Amino acid sequence: MTRSSHQLWRFHGGLKLESNKAISTQSPIVKARLPKRLVIPVQQHIGEAGALLVKKGDKVLKGQVITQSNEYVSAPVHASSSGTVIDIDEYPAPHPSGLNTLCVVIETDGEDKWVELQPTNYVKTKSPAELRQLIRKAGIVGLGGAAFPTAVKVNPGPQAHIETLIINGAECEPYISCDDMLMREYATELISGCGIIQYMVSATHCLIAVEDNKPEAVKAIQTVISEQALHTIEVVSIPTIYPTGGEKQLIKVLTQKEVPSDGFPSDIGLLVQNVGTAVAVHKAVVLGEPLISRIVTVTGEGVKQPQNMEVLIGTSMSELIEQSGGYHDDACKLIMGGPMMGFTLQTDHLPIIKGCNCLLVENKPEETPATMPCIRCGACASVCPAQLLPQQLFWMASSKNFEQVQDYHLFDCIECGCCAQVCPSQIPLVQYYRFAKTEIWSQERDRIKSDHARVRHDFKQARIELEKKERAEKLRKKKELLEKKKIAEAAAKNDTPETEVDPKKVAIEAAMKRVQDKKAAKQTNNTSSDE
Amino acid sequence: MQFKTASSPHIPQQNNVQGLMFKVLLAMVPGTIAMIVFFGWGVLINIILASVVALSAEALMLWIRKRPIKPYITDGSAILTACLLVLALPQLAPWWLTMIGTLFAIIVAKHLYGGLGFNPFNPAMVGYVVVIISFPKEMTQWVPPLLEGYTHLTFTETLNIIFGGDLPLAYTWDAITMATPLDTVKTQLGLELSINEIENHKEYGGIFGSVGGFGWEWVNGLFLATGCYLAVKGIIDWRIPAGLIAALLVLSNTFALYDYASFAPPTFHLFSGGIMLAAFFIATDPVTAATTTKGRWLYGAGIGVFIFIIRTWGAYPDGIAFAVILMNMAAPLLDYYTMPRAFGHSWTEFPHHHKADDDEQ
Repeated sequence: MTRSSHQLWRFHGGLKLESNKAISTQSPIVKARLPKRLVIPVQQHIGEAGALLVKKGDKVLKGQVITQSNEYVSAPVHASSSGTVIDIDEYPAPHPSGLNTLCVVIETDGEDKWVELQPTNYVKTKSPAELRQLIRKAGIVGLGGAAFPTAVKVNPGPQAHIETLIINGAECEPYISCDDMLMREYATELISGCGIIQYMVSATHCLIAVEDNKPEAVKAIQTVISEQALHTIEVVSIPTIYPTGGEKQLIKVLTQKEVPSDGFPSDIGLLVQNVGTAVAVHKAVVLGEPLISRIVTVTGEGVKQPQNMEVLIGTSMSELIEQSGGYHDDACKLIMGGPMMGFTLQTDHLPIIKGCNCLLVENKPEETPATMPCIRCGACASVCPAQLLPQQLFWMASSKNFEQVQDYHLFDCIECGCCAQVCPSQIPLVQYYRFAKTEIWSQERDRIKSDHARVRHDFKQARIELEKKERAEKLRKKKELLEKKKIAEAAAKNDTPETEVDPKKVAIEAAMKRVQDKKAAKQTNNTSSDE
Repeated sequence: MQFKTASSPHIPQQNNVQGLMFKVLLAMVPGTIAMIVFFGWGVLINIILASVVALSAEALMLWIRKRPIKPYITDGSAILTACLLVLALPQLAPWWLTMIGTLFAIIVAKHLYGGLGFNPFNPAMVGYVVVIISFPKEMTQWVPPLLEGYTHLTFTETLNIIFGGDLPLAYTWDAITMATPLDTVKTQLGLELSINEIENHKEYGGIFGSVGGFGWEWVNGLFLATGCYLAVKGIIDWRIPAGLIAALLVLSNTFALYDYASFAPPTFHLFSGGIMLAAFFIATDPVTAATTTKGRWLYGAGIGVFIFIIRTWGAYPDGIAFAVILMNMAAPLLDYYTMPRAFGHSWTEFPHHHKADDDEQ
């Protein structure tokens, strides 16, 4: 029954990895305890951070919006529980850079009291634009890890026609099981969310793709689909090959289509959303709840009771570890995300953010093998899902040949880590690609900056020029005024009945005089006697 | 609690260079044993000699170049080079010849170009070319295979010949050495004999065995078998030997069909000399080969074509080393023109297409 009749394709390369998911799927999702303190970073997404709406000392309710931005690519954040804002300052946040970021610190009052929610009973009474607004207000971002604002993603533009909505439940990284558990336990909400997004983008079909190592999830979804007799939503079991959960790879597997390198899935009539995002959309629209919690897998050989937890955004990682039985003595590495693409954290005193799907604790005292030179074996190229030549990229990146490395499509690299995984010389290839990308970006920034400086310089020159001209003009006008006065004086002296002539005439005469003046610039003093 | 930081991926890697090299070395054992059985102790003596020289030269060069000695000396690449070179040399090659070939391979062809991973030419083949060009006479000192009617040397006798250079009193060079089947075919074809007449000649016909030369069939057969195992395991890329064998097969077959009296049959070409060793163990050296999938087909095929040309019309009895080096030169070019289409890109937006456009402007 779980075997789908849907035709599937293969993407190039990829790896079959030890999944290690079962260690964290033995028990149902556990609700993490309400923490005493929530540290909520204002920037948890791709795009602009919002401006603060609260100040130190403010009382906040659960779900109350605390930042707001007018930028298009942005998402607000909300108070995850009720309490008092005790601090707004820079705090360490989970980010590869390890840098501090602006956070709102809330001391919870234990009441966990919601703001007034506005549920939507009949989704289809609202227009797609209204629904997008709801999603936007709810602060939903892609929960697969990228954290791109969902309201932006579900608005592919008036030209784009979305044929198929793909819901990504592949979860191809080893160890992570939050999507697996979510699909098992929230299948109804998931289907509801899928329906809402499908309606919003008017997609004809919806495919929910799940790797075949999660049969329970497939079964749970299939049951809901059968119960509700849905004909346009289909769950598809796909082969477990890392990184099949990558957006482009998943599209290839399901449709054989390739997203153009410089384009978006919407260019080929597709939209991909993560399963967690779909559930968040359901909550935002149907229940009116903003995104204030997510499911996090706490797992790895270094933690005593691996499990999945429903966690309020801003909860400290250390509390989750504690509630998962604590560390084993030999725990040595804490990773946010999966073992292939996640990044290591120096400490667990960091808040859970919207994009945090997994906390992986490794215990293997990984002896770092000596890196040998590249022997050009090509194993990397044979596993690269982006069909790149990783070893060529490595040579270019290490010799800082940033132009050629782009010719070889460095920016198509999704940093999945397959190449580094199979490299017999143990070269940390992905590190080189990140280095090259960062260098290129910073060069680009410098270029823009210098361009900007040049524009500013040119502008300054132009302004000086303009000022000069204006000064000259002023001087000329002053002179004119003087002339007029003289004319008026002369007219008064003549004392003729035509004194009270039309001022227009006078002006015309004055103008004519001026022309004459210009012709005989030196004879200006004779003008009155000429008359 | 403070944790270690590292760059992703965080799963321990399974492969390492050392492991690859030793698997390749291991796969060479059966064929090498067959060579020792059929062609005497010289093979073993030279392997030991060349390995010692190669490791010493490697250590010396690493020390001079201020590189960590331990990880590189244990990577197995120097021993692999030594073995590949020795298997291509005549069994009674004097010690100094083996040494010169090995030293040149390790010092010049490998380390002066930057060591492991940076050498554009296959070091073993460079070593071979140096000695075959410089010492053609010594390079003919092949022993007859284990056949009745030929002289077979003992271990001590072989040792004396290789290191002393002098023959035991009872022997002459003509008695203990003889031309290889490939060489014989070449010489006798030059004397207007037909392939059939050569293979059935009463004096030397016996060395031709049933397909590619007595003993050689076994050696090649074993290298083929273990080579296939390496290819199946993904330790070497199957496209290179496939391309090489296919090209040699097609060419030799075409010419043999055209004139079977003047051109040796494909079976002879494939199972004579060091073809299977070349196809599976020499040409597959990743450092000096092409790296793209299409490039590897072409690279292998190119070697096959050059081997046929040199064997048939060239001045040397076998052309493997020259063929490999010629294709080593072509490898970067092959890589460039056979670049795969990146995901989400069309065929027309290749770097070289870009470059061509730029040039026009």
